[in-house]
Amino acid sequence: MNEMTVSVRVNGQPREIRVEARKLLADALREDLGLTGTHVGCEHGVCGACTILLDGDAVRACLMFAVQAEGCDVVTIEGVAGGAGAMGDVQQAMHECHGLQCGFCTPGFVMSITAFLEQHPNPDERAIREGLSGNLCRCTGYVGIVAAVKAAASARARR
Amino acid sequence: MKPSAFTYHRFDDLADVVDALTTFGEDAKLLAGGQSLVPMMNMRLARFGHLIDITRIESLRSIERTDDRVVIGAGVRHCVLERDELIESAAPLLHAATPLIGHFQIRSRGTIGGSLAHADPAAEQPAVAVALDATFDVVSSRGARSIAAEDYFIGQWETSMEFDEVLRSVSMPVWNGPVRVGVAEFSRRHGDFAIAGAMVQLQVADDDEVVRSAVAVFGLSSIPNRARSVEATVCGRRLGDVDPAEIGELAVAGIADVAEDAHVSSAYRRSIAVAMVAEAWQRAASDGRQDRP
Repeated sequence: MNEMTVSVRVNGQPREIRVEARKLLADALREDLGLTGTHVGCEHGVCGACTILLDGDAVRACLMFAVQAEGCDVVTIEGVAGGAGAMGDVQQAMHECHGLQCGFCTPGFVMSITAFLEQHPNPDERAIREGLSGNLCRCTGYVGIVAAVKAAASARARR
Repeated sequence: MKPSAFTYHRFDDLADVVDALTTFGEDAKLLAGGQSLVPMMNMRLARFGHLIDITRIESLRSIERTDDRVVIGAGVRHCVLERDELIESAAPLLHAATPLIGHFQIRSRGTIGGSLAHADPAAEQPAVAVALDATFDVVSSRGARSIAAEDYFIGQWETSMEFDEVLRSVSMPVWNGPVRVGVAEFSRRHGDFAIAGAMVQLQVADDDEVVRSAVAVFGLSSIPNRARSVEATVCGRRLGDVDPAEIGELAVAGIADVAEDAHVSSAYRRSIAVAMVAEAWQRAASDGRQDRP
């Protein structure tokens, strides 16, 4: 079965899982670690629903194997939420700006936006649309999502 | 949409990779950023008995300047190239082309060596390599050798590397003196592979005379195409005397095997390529010049 043991830090917690080498990181997060917030959409890197942070960079969890995450630091949507049911600032902005309808793409968007704002703390609309182009949403038409990025950026600037 | 089973190997030393390739032969595949390989495996378009992860090999991650070249380790990720000051100054065409690869989430894993070894005809970095006469440093248990860009790309997803060879680095010439660069590509959606695109690097004298140029088109046929006829035509002419549309027509004139697919006829792709060469030329001509639009 080519099973291997993988040690990885997920949302700040050291975790150890035993997985087949061919198991995608997105599937391992969902099935072996119970973190079902990471959604699996296209499974070939196009839709962005499975986006996570790997050592601080936004990556597609469907385009790497869980065994490749050995020793890495992974942050999923569960890791960006505030404590005790509170939302993180990007989640809060998405909520306030109606940045979601069905919500399937939302975890991927939140992770991409989180990484994007680290690199571009004060983005203009063009930069936002370019930054979001790797995530697909079939409900909103993106207007609310773009507004949420602006809102999250200004809220951070005010802090 | 799940890959077939394989045995996973991860090495810290390139010598172990060379040994493993010799041992496993054509049943092994190198895994770098995986941004092209893993989709193909997920869709079961590709399957291998052994996957050899080379992403932890430190020696593949260096970027070095020699007298007249910049040498880039095969394992350097696109996101690193985008932010690297040496690349920006010594390989400005590569620096301009790299942000057009996929999306930033793809560029955070994808590597230059992966892109060059995958050899997609519509990819940006192979076109840069062909435009600038890059050389490819490859190694196997039989020793190391250097391959010129014009001999390296031989077909769609096909290079002249043998199955047991590893791409160690790519080296690009640094032109003596300031250069201007222009990149243009057209795709149906942002981040898609281009229907066609073009790379232009120019050296222009104070009196606006073109003293040196490198022009390549990509996405058109099975490999990136160097437009040497354009380079010969523009040499010695003043920038203002060069008609970008004429350059575009000339660049694609000799290309017979223009690709066709469900969305794009070969005639349409050819017309896009003509426009992209003209666009890239104009961008290069006005690169860094405040007095031009």
